[in-house]
Amino acid sequence: MTEILSLAGSNLASPIILSFALGLAAALARSDLSIPEAVAKGMSIYLLFAIGFKGGASVAAHGIDSTLLKALAAGIVLSFGLPFIAFALLKTLTGMSRLDAAAVAAHYGSISIVTFVAATSILEGRGIPSEGYMVAVAAAMEAPAILSALWLVARNGKGGRMEPGLMREILLNGSIVLLVGSFVIGMVTGERGLAEIAPFIVTPFKGVLCLFLLDMGLVAGRGLRQSKGVLGGGAVLFGVTMPMIGAVIGLGLGALIGLSMGGVVLLMVLAASASYIAVPAAMRVALPEANPSIYLTLSLGVTFPFNLTLGIPLYVALATMMIGG
Amino acid sequence: MQMHTAKRVEIVIEKPLESRLTDALNEAGVTGYTIVPVRGGSGRSGPWTREGQVGRAGMVMIVCLIRPERLDSLLDAAFAVVERHIGVVSVTDAQVLRAERF
Repeated sequence: MTEILSLAGSNLASPIILSFALGLAAALARSDLSIPEAVAKGMSIYLLFAIGFKGGASVAAHGIDSTLLKALAAGIVLSFGLPFIAFALLKTLTGMSRLDAAAVAAHYGSISIVTFVAATSILEGRGIPSEGYMVAVAAAMEAPAILSALWLVARNGKGGRMEPGLMREILLNGSIVLLVGSFVIGMVTGERGLAEIAPFIVTPFKGVLCLFLLDMGLVAGRGLRQSKGVLGGGAVLFGVTMPMIGAVIGLGLGALIGLSMGGVVLLMVLAASASYIAVPAAMRVALPEANPSIYLTLSLGVTFPFNLTLGIPLYVALATMMIGG
Repeated sequence: MQMHTAKRVEIVIEKPLESRLTDALNEAGVTGYTIVPVRGGSGRSGPWTREGQVGRAGMVMIVCLIRPERLDSLLDAAFAVVERHIGVVSVTDAQVLRAERF
């Protein structure tokens, strides 16, 4: 317990979390502080490229083993399966309509790449190594959850159809293309390639992440302010319970397939995080009647801050306790 | 100067639907339109802004100027896409200078 508290304390006092808190506080206080859209997009591209490239270079350095395939399979199973647990939990804890519950469930089966990036940064800071290919697992987990949610809705004949072209849009979503593409470049060019561009993608990484999280705090704060009254107590409870359920399942699966402790933590983080980029866009096309305020506020306003501040240290401590350092 | 009667159709729709709408317009033979990014606003679903994190795609406005006799086919094509979605479709009378271009 003391270990968890000390880890949470040092995490909370890190520049990354404090930048997020600054953004959140500024938005809640109605400050006019804002990051221009093009700058936010540029930082997002930078972070995805850097994390993908570093993951690929790490795979090139350490080689590929059968655990890679197992980890990919575990990620896909999690993404397909978690929406069903989320859906059942939502129906128990809230009075949400079937449509809204399915849309929210899709978000919790998919992943938040920023939470993943923050977790890798925290692991690096603590000197805990992890498998570079977890980046590929993150990419593989983006889409399956959407299919599960559509099935949950279609089962009751409430719409939820896969429109032509939607699957292509999801799979060729810019974030996935960039993440997988830079991962492949990193794998092909290896440590030599990484050394060539390290001054650009390694040294400034944390500073850019801080600014990006400042923007995330602003967006989350604005969302919370504008969606006052959208979420009831049950929904908020879901927003902090579901990540922990996902993390525990991720812990079990990660340990089962033999990931390192860092790898297990990253799988826990992926299972615990909720999408706020790819899935909302897909839901607007596939389930337009579902209320976007509910799923965006839950994912971005409740689960993202929870994972960033308390969740990640908790998952690190749990993994340390269960499988050791 | 000679002016000609036309219809100005403005469709405000969510960004993820943009390509679906322009495809439907192209199929209906409406090949002239302008797409304008929208900064923010407020409506039945509450206030929103496109500032900030990439991925919260926001809305776009598609503006078409067409001959009055082509209005119905444009609206049929547009309605098939926007029917279930958040958005606004409005039609106003307009005057254009060069009729052969519409």
